[in-house]
Amino acid sequence: MNTAATTPNSAAKQSSGVPVIEMIGVSKWYTPEFQVLDSCSTSVQKGEVVVVCGPSGSGKSTLIKCVNALEPFQQGDIFVEGVKVNDRATDLPKLRSRIGMVFQNFELFPHLTIMENLTLAQRKVLKRGKDEADAKARKLLQRVGLSDQAPKYPGQLSGGQQQRVAIARALAMDPVAMLFDEPTSALDPEMVSEVLDVMVELAREGMTMMVVTHEMGFARKVADRVIFMDLGAIVEDVPTEDFFGSPRSERAQLFLSKILSH
Amino acid sequence: MDKVVDWFSIFWQESAEGTGTYAYTLLLGLQLTLEISVIAAVVAFVMGSIVGVCRTLPSPLARRLSGGYVEFFRNIPLLVQLFLWYFVLPELLPRDIGMWLKQVPYSNFYTAAFGLGLFTSARVAVQLSAAITSMPRGQKLAATALGLTTRQSYTSVLLPMAYRIVFPPLTSELLNLIKNSSVALTIGVAELTQSARNMDSYTFQTFQAFTAATLIYLALNILVTMVMRRIEHGVAVPGMLVAK
Ligand SMILES: Nc1ncnc2c1ncn2[C@@H]1O[C@H](COP(=O)(O)OP(=O)(O)O)[C@@H](O)[C@H]1O
Ligand SMILES: [Mg+2]
Repeated sequence: MNTAATTPNSAAKQSSGVPVIEMIGVSKWYTPEFQVLDSCSTSVQKGEVVVVCGPSGSGKSTLIKCVNALEPFQQGDIFVEGVKVNDRATDLPKLRSRIGMVFQNFELFPHLTIMENLTLAQRKVLKRGKDEADAKARKLLQRVGLSDQAPKYPGQLSGGQQQRVAIARALAMDPVAMLFDEPTSALDPEMVSEVLDVMVELAREGMTMMVVTHEMGFARKVADRVIFMDLGAIVEDVPTEDFFGSPRSERAQLFLSKILSH
Repeated sequence: MDKVVDWFSIFWQESAEGTGTYAYTLLLGLQLTLEISVIAAVVAFVMGSIVGVCRTLPSPLARRLSGGYVEFFRNIPLLVQLFLWYFVLPELLPRDIGMWLKQVPYSNFYTAAFGLGLFTSARVAVQLSAAITSMPRGQKLAATALGLTTRQSYTSVLLPMAYRIVFPPLTSELLNLIKNSSVALTIGVAELTQSARNMDSYTFQTFQAFTAATLIYLALNILVTMVMRRIEHGVAVPGMLVAK
C-alpha cells in the first residue's frame, strides 16, 4: 500500500501545535460497578481523520460523546483546542457549537423544514441574521446535493438524504471538528455510499474528524489513524496502514476478520 | 303541534328570579360555564406545561417538586379540592388575609376556575412529560450538540413536537374540564347545571330543564372537538402520520 497517498500530509498534521481534541486518561462509570470507559487517551490533530471501531458495547459512542460533554465523565481531562471540557467555568453551549456531531439516527428536527433545521442553531446560538443563515444553509445544501429539498420536512426525505442534511446542519456552525457516531449504520445499503461520499469529500478538504464506523473501506480511504476499542479501553491507536497491515492485538485481529468477512 | 309549543313554552316564561326568561337563565349559566372553562384551561395549560417540563429535567429538585405537585392535585377529588380552597384555605391563612379573601367579589367563581385549572394541570403535566420522554433521546442530544441551551432545546425542539404528540389527549382533557366545571355549583356558582336545577326547582319541569342542559353540553363539546381536530390537522407535520 502506498503510505504517502493514504495519508497525504500526516507528518505536517502531527507537528501542528495544539491538538483539536485531546483526551487524557478519561474514565467513566455508569454505576460504581460498571465502568464504561477505562483511562482512554488519544489526540486528534488539525485536519486528521481518526476512525474509531470495536465491538458493539465497547464504549465508542460514549467516548465521542464525552468530547462535546454530552456525557459526563469522572476521571481524566478532555481539551478542545486547549479549552478544558470538564471545567465548570467552560461555556459548554459555545464549546459544543464549535464541534459538529452526526448521529446514527440523523436526529433532524421533524417539525422544522430542512432549511429551518440548518438555520435554527445558526440563529439561536451564533446569533446570525436570517439572510446570513439562509445563505449559509443554501450553500451547504448545494454541497451535499440537496438544494431542491430546502422547503421539505425531514419525514419526506429518504434516510440517506436525511443524513446528508444532518451533516450540512453540523457544518453550518463552521465547526473546528466533526464527530460521527455510526453515520451509516441505520441506512439501507443502497444509501450508504451517498453519505460516505460526502464524508470522504469533507475529509479530503481537511476537516478534522473523529468517526465511529464499521465501514473499513472508508477507514482505508481517508483515515490517518484507527482507534480500536474493547471493553471501554483503547486497545490500539495506530496509523491506518499499520492497523490493516498487522493489528497488534488478538482482539483487533478477531474483530477485523469478522468485519471483513461480511 | 300544540303539544310541541306547550313543551317549549316553559323556556319563554319569566323566571321566578325575575331576571328574564328561563331560556335566558340557562344562557347565563352557559356563559359562566364558558368563563370558568376558559380560565381553567389557560391555568391548566400554563401550569401543566411548567410542571410537565420540570418532570423531565435532570435536576432532582425540579423532579421532586413537580412530582409532589402532581401527586397532590391528582389524588384528591376535585370536589374536596374546591372545598379546601374555598372553605379551609381562608381559615389557615393569617386572619387579615383570610378575611380579605372571603370578601373578594366573585371569590366563588375564581376559586372554581383556578381550582379546576390546577386540578387539570396535574393531568396535563403527566401527559406532556410522557410525550417528552417518548421522543427519541437523540433529539435532545442533537439540540444540545448544536449548542442550544436546555431552555432553547425545550422551546425550539422538544416542546413543539411534544405538544403535537399530546394534542389528542389534551382534547379529551379539555372536554373533561368543561364537564367538570359543573362542580362549581357546590360553592354557589350558577353555572349551566345549577341554572337547570334552579329552573327545575321553580317550575317542576324537570325533563325540560335537564334535557336543555344536556343538549347545550353536548353541542358545546361537539363544537370543541371539531375545533380541536381542525387545529390538530393544521399543525400536523408533513411526512409524519396523523390520525384521520
Ligand atoms: N445511559 C446508560 N446507562 C447505563 N449504561 C449505558 C448507558 N449508555 C450506554 N451504556 C452501556 O455502556 C456500554 C457502552 O455503550 P456505547 O458507548 O453505546 O457502546 P458502543 O457505541 O461501542 O456500542 C454498553 O455496555 C452500554 O450498554
Ligand atoms: Mg454506539
